[in-house]
Parts: sequence; C-alpha cells; structure tokens
Amino acid sequence: MENKEQRNQEYLQFIEKQTPKTGWFNSLFHAFIVGGMICCMGQMFGDIIRSFYPNMDLLRVGAWINIIVITITILLTSFGVFDRIAKFGGAGTFIPISGFANSIASCAIEFKNEGLVFGIGSKMFFVAGPVLVNGVAYSIVVGLIYFLIGLF
Amino acid sequence: MLAAILMYIKVFFVGGLICLIAELIEIKTKITPARILVIFLMVGAILGGFGIYNYLVEWAGAGATLPITGFGNSLARGAIEGATSNGLFGAIGGGLMATSAGVAVSIGLSYIVSFFVSSKTKKS
Repeated sequence: MENKEQRNQEYLQFIEKQTPKTGWFNSLFHAFIVGGMICCMGQMFGDIIRSFYPNMDLLRVGAWINIIVITITILLTSFGVFDRIAKFGGAGTFIPISGFANSIASCAIEFKNEGLVFGIGSKMFFVAGPVLVNGVAYSIVVGLIYFLIGLF
Repeated sequence: MLAAILMYIKVFFVGGLICLIAELIEIKTKITPARILVIFLMVGAILGGFGIYNYLVEWAGAGATLPITGFGNSLARGAIEGATSNGLFGAIGGGLMATSAGVAVSIGLSYIVSFFVSSKTKKS
C-alpha cells in the first residue's frame, strides 16, 4: 500500500518534470494579444455593417458580428489552420465565441466516422453542450425572476 | 478618427483582459477549458441579469460582446426583454431567441463542413 503511494508520488513528480515549461508570462501575453485581436476584428466587422446599415440596433449588430466570427472560425477549423492559432493563443482563442464554434466544428469532424446520429449528432456538443445547457438554464432563471418582479 | 482609434484600443484592451484572466485561471488552478467557459458564461449571465454588463458593452463594443461572457449577457438580456414584452413565454424563450442565430450557424455550418473534411490527426 505504502509502495503504491510512493510510486504515485514519483509518477506525479515525473509528470511535473516532463510537462514543457512555457513561461506563464509568455502564455498570458499570447492570450491577451490573440484575444484582443479577435475582438478588434469583430469590431471592424461591426463598423463595416454599421456603415452599410446605420439604423441597425446594437444587439442586431452584435449578433451579426458573432455570426461572421463563427463562420470564419469554422472555415479555418475545417482547413486545419485554427488548431495552430489555438495552440499559440490558448485562452485568447477559446474565450471569444470562436472557441465555441471551433469546439462544435472540430468535434463534428472528429467523430464523423461514428455515424450521423451518435457520431456527429451527439458528439458535436461534447464541449459546447455544457455551455449551451448552463446558458439556457441561467437565461430561464433570469427571465422568470424578471417576470415575477414584473407581476408586482 | 481619433475616437475610432480610441475605440479599437478599448476593444483590444477589454477583450484581451478577459482572455488574460481566463488564461491565468487555467494556468494557476489547472481547471479544464470547458469548465472555464461555463464559469465565464455564468459570470456574464449574472452581470447581464443585473444590467451591469451592458455598461461594458456600451464602453468596449465587440471587446465585451465577443467573449463568452457576452454570450451569457445576451442570453440574460434576451430573457429580460422577452419577460417585459411577451410575459411568461418571452421569459422562457427569450434567451434562446436572442442567441439563436449564432448557435444555429455554428451547428449548421459544422454539420455541412463535417461532410467534406475528415480529421487529419487520425491519419498521420
């Protein structure tokens, strides 16, 4: 029993030694740069849309920005380019909406061999599922609270 | 012109800062990315529910709407707007309605793309 514990500890130390030490300041910097650049790109698309349709309200413009960024991300994922950006950017690529789109697209491509229903249909939401489920649940809670407040 | 440049600096700063915080959490606590996504979504939904996040959206534009916190915010905003305009039906469905286009595009396009592309990692 003791032997096993010791072995576990040695294994953990081994893992610690083997994981590459990319300086954490560096990866923070990369996340900041990539995240900022993706958001700037989105703002640029928003400005272009607003120059064509000046009367469009801000929420609609935001939705269009999301759609454009999602489309670009999925196309980049299918070309295999996005993985390289994600490796460089870390949280800078998965926190913007591009990470959500990339997780759906890459899971769909990855599990396509397992068939239409249980392959693509269910594994597509391997990462995005929790986000959607939690998000919809919170939105219902918020909506119900506002509805109840509005009653009185 | 100057105002536009200032706006882009704000967008870059806010968007980058949100990603930096996520990266810091990932490095320091080794929480998996999926959990960080859910945590940030929750933070965005709570801030959106209290109406705080909208000030950030007005100040920083896409820097606040593009990160996953903005997704949570638009879920919460949609539910609030639905509740005030459509009653109980809007309260339940408003969140999904506000974000439906983005979700539909990511599902539909992924579905189409998965027919044409096979995973490269398994072959090599």
